[in-house]
Parts: sequence; structure tokens; C-alpha cells
Amino acid sequence: MATGRDTDPAALSADAKLPTRQEASLASLVLANRGVFWGGALLLVMVAIAVLGPLFTSDPMALNPIKRLKPPTGEFLFGTDFLGRDVFARVIYGARISLAVGLAVALIAISVGLVMGMIAGYVRALDAVIMRVMDGLMAIPGILLAIALISLSGATLATVIVAIVIPEIPRVVRLVRSVVLTVREEPYVEAAIAAGTRLPQILLRHILPNTIAPLIVQATYISGSAMLTESILGFLGAGIPPEIPSWGNIMSEGRTYFQISPWIIFFPGIALAFTVLAVNIVGDGLRDTLDPRIARKM
Amino acid sequence: MLRYVLMRILATVPVMGVVAVFVFLMLRLAPGDPAAVIAGDYATAEDVARIREQLGLNQPIPVQFAKWIGALLQGDLGTSIFTNLPVTTLIAQRLEPTLLLALSTITFAVVVAVPLGTIAAWRAGSLLDRFVMLFSVAGFSVPVFVLGYILIYVLAMGLQWLPVQGYKSPFEDGVLAFLRHIALPTMTLSVIFIALIARMTRASVMEVLEEDYIRTARAKGQNELRVLLRHALRNAAVPIVTVIGIGIALLIGGVVVTESVYNIPGLGRLVLDAVLARDYPIIQGLILFFSFVYILINLLIDLSYTLLDPRIRY
Repeated sequence: MATGRDTDPAALSADAKLPTRQEASLASLVLANRGVFWGGALLLVMVAIAVLGPLFTSDPMALNPIKRLKPPTGEFLFGTDFLGRDVFARVIYGARISLAVGLAVALIAISVGLVMGMIAGYVRALDAVIMRVMDGLMAIPGILLAIALISLSGATLATVIVAIVIPEIPRVVRLVRSVVLTVREEPYVEAAIAAGTRLPQILLRHILPNTIAPLIVQATYISGSAMLTESILGFLGAGIPPEIPSWGNIMSEGRTYFQISPWIIFFPGIALAFTVLAVNIVGDGLRDTLDPRIARKM
Repeated sequence: MLRYVLMRILATVPVMGVVAVFVFLMLRLAPGDPAAVIAGDYATAEDVARIREQLGLNQPIPVQFAKWIGALLQGDLGTSIFTNLPVTTLIAQRLEPTLLLALSTITFAVVVAVPLGTIAAWRAGSLLDRFVMLFSVAGFSVPVFVLGYILIYVLAMGLQWLPVQGYKSPFEDGVLAFLRHIALPTMTLSVIFIALIARMTRASVMEVLEEDYIRTARAKGQNELRVLLRHALRNAAVPIVTVIGIGIALLIGGVVVTESVYNIPGLGRLVLDAVLARDYPIIQGLILFFSFVYILINLLIDLSYTLLDPRIRY
């Protein structure tokens, strides 16, 4: 081939004039999936509640000792807790915490995992080291690891997020590495190498785009499981500081009063279950449309 | 074959090593003075110094590591700061409830999930299949403890069929009392496991059902139940068993939560008590213990592949 050193034949073909139309059809294909559509709709409702809801409810922290442990009524839709706080207002506010934790954990875990996975997949010398560390990390039960990390570094929103992120990283690294290992053998990558394309360029233009679809799918699953883990840590009393009304914390405070006031646990529990269900349904739908290869296996 | 078994056993050594190094460094690299963190907010300077001495934190890190790993290799998981008992003794005391809960959960989950997944694959697209698929998504969306409270509310408080909380040993209080108390925790912990196994069973049986030998078996007039059990399920066994092994990690996390909900004095409660008391050697010891159990179970599962599927040869 007579191409110059700086031209990259594979990039040329990828830059053909199709992309905009292709993207539009991909988006409609994804939305045509019932899971993505309904799960996404439910998730949008939850996001809207989280963003706008607290503007319309009463103060989630306001104490009202005279009306403590009241069952659900017109005044308090979800009843009150042991300090007379409005459980409805707290659950609405808690949506912010849960969704923020889910999003933050997914973004951090994917970013860190992506970098490490690319390195492991492309730099032979580091591959074995990184993967053995990941194997070890995977062998440690996630919740125990998070509890230990939090009890050592003190419970703040940031440490809880980091503690949930760390056990999620190995799976992302494995996923990215496996994509890199398959893609690096593709003819278009060989062509790029033959044309003298430099390594960062190969990684960014030819390898990275292939990881996006599986990573989006993985990100939805991670955010769902992060929300569950946050609630479990909160419930066990090892999570976000108790003054923040996360769903886990509301339920944790409801434990002692469960036999007389079960609503304190049930309402945040239902809110959490529906949110995670929405995320998981979106994840399954995305997997079916974006990554049919895995879809056939499940 | 023997060579493979040896290689596979050797391969667990670096993984266990990484776990050990990680657990060791976690305490030493934590922000701030770990001795002060463990001693808590109201500790005196002497308390902090005593804990630093007890954990050997005043020695250079390589010396600490050598001592620690040496003790570990002799089966010494350290000593609890507050009770002064060896962590291994504490684990032994609390092992029974956790082990029995784990065993009953795995048994219950497999007994329910494998037939469910097989029938769902056999009648793909049917109402039952859709129910199984919905259940397997929903099972991953409800936190274990919320499920526990729903079951307590309905079966223990409402219908009063089963006790709300507590644990009875089958060796001291009789098998019946044990079963009555373990039933709710087992159901609670099983849900996510059933979701996982049923989904994998459905997927792998569905794949096998498309094989030529299934058509052959049917063509020669083999009864459908035998086709499913002997031809389909048997050939689908490897991925199912693998997913059970992966699920052990879920099970360990779930045990901590379930024991807390049902007030069961097992290893999960030991972890939480240790977190509240900041008894770090116990937390450390239990992480090591659970990780090694996980690695060991997955090793055994790997080695069982040849028994499950004679086509696999090493």
C-alpha cells in the first residue's frame, strides 16, 4: 500500500459518511427494545422524583416527637419514623442519594477498569500482574471488603463510594481485557499497525470504540448492584453517615420498630427494588440489542 | 490429568497470596494512624499505644509482613483485641449456624432452581418461562434484608407459621426446632441464588436442546423426561455448576445480612460485632477465611468438570 506513515486506512473507512444515520438507527433500535423502553421510562420517573421531589415534600429532617411511629395516613403518606420524621419526604430525598451513588460507582468503576483493562490487554508485561491482582480481589467477598474499608477509613459518602467501587473493578478489567485481546487480532488493527499508526492512536481509535457497547451494559448492572450494596451497608450500620437519609439508613433506623411500624422498612425497600429493577431491565435490554453475542448465551 | 490437578492447585497459590497481601496492606495503608482508628474516638494515648503494640504496627512494614505471613501459614489468623481469643477459636465457635445456613440455602436453591430453569428452557416462551425470567431479574433487584422482612411479616407475624428470629442447633435443640428456625433465613437467602441458577440452567439447557443428539434421542422415541434429564441436563451441567461456584460470593455477602436480620449467632454476626467494636484482627481473619473458602470451592468445582462431563480431558 502506498499510504503515507500518518494515514490510517482503517480510520478512513470508519470515517465514511454514514455515522449520523447509523447512530440514529441504533438509537431507535435500542429504544424499540421493550425492556429499555419501559425500564428507561421507570428510571426517568425515579430520576424526576429524585431531582424535583424534595422541592414539594416537607423537610425530611424535621422532628415531630408527638407524631412518632404513625402509620401511613393522608398527612404522612408513608407514616412517620421513631423521631416523628416524615418517611415519605425521607424516601423521596433518599432517591437522590441512591441514584447518585449508583451513577458515581458505575462511572468510577468503568473508568478505572477501562484503563487497567486496556493496559492488561495490550501490555504483555503487565498483563499477568494485573490479572493476578484482579483474581485475588475477586476472591474477596465484596460486602466484607466494603465493610472493612469503611471501618478503617471512617464512614463518609466518599469512602462508601470508593468501598463499593473497589470490588466492582475486577469484572470491568476482565471484560475490557477480553475485548482488547479479541480486537487486537482483527485485520483492521493489523492494518493500522502496518500503516505505522502509533499505539495511543490504535488504542483510542480502534480498540476503545469496541469496548463501549459492553461497557454501557456493564455500567447499568454495576449501578444497580451499587445501589443494593449501599442499602445493605446502610442497613448494617456500616454505610453513609446516619444523618443522611439514604434508603439504607432509613431502613436501618426502622429495624428496631419493625414489629410495630413495618412501613419504615417497606416503603424505602419498595422504592429501592423498583429502581434497581428498572436499571436491571434496561441493562438486559441494552445487552440484547448492543451485544447479541452475550445475549445468546444468557 | 494428575498434572492438571497439580497445576490447578498451584494456580490458587498466587490468588491466595494476593488476597493475603491486600488484606495486610489494607490496615497499613489506611489514611491516618490505624491504631488510632481502631482504638476509636474516646481512646486514651495508652489505649492507642497498646493496640499499636498488640498489632505490631510499630515495626517496619516488611518485618510486620514476614511475621504476619509466617503466622498465617501456620493457621494463625491473629488474636482479637478485645476478647484476647485467637480468631480461629472465635470462627470455630460461630461456624455451625453459618455452615448449616449456607448448606440449606444451596440445597434449597438447587432443588428449586434447576427444575424451574429446565422446564423454562423446555417450554421456552411459555407463561412459566416468562415467570422464571421475570423472577430472575426481580431476584437481583430486591435487597436480601427487605426480602427477609417481607417473609417475617407474612409468614411469621401474619400467619404465625414460623418463628420470627433466632437459631436452634440441630445437635442440641433437635432437628425440628432447627428446621423451623432455619426455614425463613434459608428462603430469604435462596432467592438471589435461585434467580442466578435458574437463569443459567435455562440458558444452558436451551443451548443443549438444539443439539443434534437431542433430535436423535427424540427421533428414536426416547421418553421426553429422559431426554431432558439424561441428555439435556447432564450436558448442561458444567455451566450450572460453575455459576453455583460464582454464586458462593453472593452467598457469603448474603449470610452477613441474613444473620443480622434473623439474629443468628454465626460468622456474619461475628463480622458485624467486630466492626462495631473495631476489632480489626477479627475482620481481617474473617475476610481471609471467607476468601479462602471461596477459592477452595471454586477449585473443587473446576476439578469436578471431568466427572461431570467425560468429554473434558486434560
